[in-house]
Amino acid sequence: MVKNAKQPQKAFKAVSIPKSPSGISGLDEITLGGLPTGRPTLICGSAGCGKTLFSLEFIVRGAMEYNEPGVFMAFEEKADELAANVASLGFDLKKLEAEKRIRLDYVHIDKSEIHETGEYNLDGLFIRLGYAIDSIGARRVVLDTIENLFSGLTNEAILRAEIRRLFQWLKNKGVTAIITGERGEGTLTKQGLEEYVSDCVILLDHRVVDQISTRRLRVVKYRGSIHGTNEYPFLIDEDGISVLPVTSLNLDKAVSSERVSSGIPALDKMLTKDGFYRGSSILVSGTAGTGKTSVAASFVNAACARNERTLFFAFEESPQQIIRNMRSIGMDLQKHVNKGLLQFYASRPTLYGLEMHLVAIHKAIRQFKPSVVVLDPITNLITVGSVSEVKSMLVRLIDYFQSEQITVLFTALSLNNIVNEQTDEGVSSLVDAWILIRDIESNGERNRGLYIMKSRGMAHSNQVREFVITEKGLDLIDVYLGPEGILTGSAREAQILQEQTGRILHTNALGRKDRELVRKRSLLEAKIEALKTEFESAEEELNKVYIEEELKRQVLEQNRQQITELRKGSKYRAATEASSSSKNKKGK
Amino acid sequence: MEKAYQLRLYIAGQTSRSVTALNNLKKYCEEHLKGQYSIEVIDLLVNPQLAEGDQILAIPTLVKKVPEPVRKIIGDLSNQEKVLVGLDIRQL
Repeated sequence: MVKNAKQPQKAFKAVSIPKSPSGISGLDEITLGGLPTGRPTLICGSAGCGKTLFSLEFIVRGAMEYNEPGVFMAFEEKADELAANVASLGFDLKKLEAEKRIRLDYVHIDKSEIHETGEYNLDGLFIRLGYAIDSIGARRVVLDTIENLFSGLTNEAILRAEIRRLFQWLKNKGVTAIITGERGEGTLTKQGLEEYVSDCVILLDHRVVDQISTRRLRVVKYRGSIHGTNEYPFLIDEDGISVLPVTSLNLDKAVSSERVSSGIPALDKMLTKDGFYRGSSILVSGTAGTGKTSVAASFVNAACARNERTLFFAFEESPQQIIRNMRSIGMDLQKHVNKGLLQFYASRPTLYGLEMHLVAIHKAIRQFKPSVVVLDPITNLITVGSVSEVKSMLVRLIDYFQSEQITVLFTALSLNNIVNEQTDEGVSSLVDAWILIRDIESNGERNRGLYIMKSRGMAHSNQVREFVITEKGLDLIDVYLGPEGILTGSAREAQILQEQTGRILHTNALGRKDRELVRKRSLLEAKIEALKTEFESAEEELNKVYIEEELKRQVLEQNRQQITELRKGSKYRAATEASSSSKNKKGK
Repeated sequence: MEKAYQLRLYIAGQTSRSVTALNNLKKYCEEHLKGQYSIEVIDLLVNPQLAEGDQILAIPTLVKKVPEPVRKIIGDLSNQEKVLVGLDIRQL
């Protein structure tokens, strides 16, 4: 059972084709490992798009990093020229050639020298290439660009058959090959080379939009493998080609639940007291002059105070300007700069294209290794790219920041005040937290209102707070929700005063009522006393009757006894006494 | 003594095409350049490193080194006119 379960997995692994890493930064991520080993790959593009450099870098990196010797067969440039051209990239072709790790072979075709008569084939080229491969044990081969054959030789039928045979032959040799081809109109290559090379086709493109050039790369097809299908910007700088930014195709980043403070205690309080997650992306957007940079600076200040390295990309102001301006609200960024914790990277957005910016950002980050990054503002990048380009750039940036566990804060200028229409370069859906600062205009003054549009993974306040910038720093104050709406600024102050007055009046009123109560109580108590006296006198009256009655009865009793005593003297007296007593009894 | 025409024929093994080319070449030379030529046959299967020197791509290739200018004639040399023009024996 266990065996059976394992087998399909093994079979699957065998199916996935072997790949040779190109060593070109970024490309191996897109192709999930590199170019297909032992097969030819077609690199096509128009003139000046970087085909030759691309393929040469494949050879050089193969020799230097993967210990795979390579043959570079040039049909266009002489070996010397080639070596000189790439020396600026730090590739020492001569040395590598002397070490027998690469071999440059220049194939010269001069149409004026060549006459064709009758049947022929290209065995000469085969033998030459075969000899070059065998002499250094090459694993990689570049033919740049084989289409030049078409300009030198006229018999197209033979050429096509021979090129087809050449690719088959390369496959049989088991070398990983790159064939470059000039882009044709409506086709990938002028001579339709893509018909012959069908395993992997990569298209390079060099576009100039609004006077700013951008190089792009796209994997058109890759038989037997999944790959990134987008157009990826790439650039050529002193380190060679970088297909940048390195964007992984999957979302499997490590996440942290550690919190970092925003530098504004009141804002942290709105975010369940602790601030943002480490490694998250935060967007601060607002109209002009709402204090976005101040929020960013405050975030930076807090990070530096925690001894974290921070990188501030300023696209609008110079570092000196920012430092001066922030000093006015009680933040001394200069001391962090002096300590080496804070670094500014200021550049005009129009200085170069988006990709160069991206690479510059990547490079600066790689060198400085910050844990907090601020981009202020991303909106300015729009001037060099379209919204979608900026968005895709930011997606890549955010991706990169997440993978590096860098907390990033973007500021964005929004041009209108209608929240629903704000897209903020479309990054608002990508960021983890979005703080919005709005103008609240009333009573002839402008105040700032701040609220949290979203904050993933934490409870956060839904209240609009008034955002105040004082010389001691930034703070948030609860806004007043009065009958006339939200009150801010002096209206809020007025409201506070009004409430204070109200309180005093209220206390006064309460005092008066209390006194009245006391008076009423004493009045009532007096009344109660009077009634009590009245009752006592009534009671006394009643008691008096009662006592009189008793006294009368006692007197009568005494009288009767006295009479009885008197009657004891004679019978008569006794008889009279008896009848009178019975009469007396009846009368009772 | 140096001949006026120094010709090199590059072949790759004794294929029928190479044999045809060599036979054609010999025939034209005997007809037009009797006594003034030398033919060197180079088999690239034996000496592959020689392919680079004369920038050989196609097989068979006839290279005329002397007299100047250098000319390359590729193919089995079946078209006599073209070969003679290529060797500068006959003007167009």
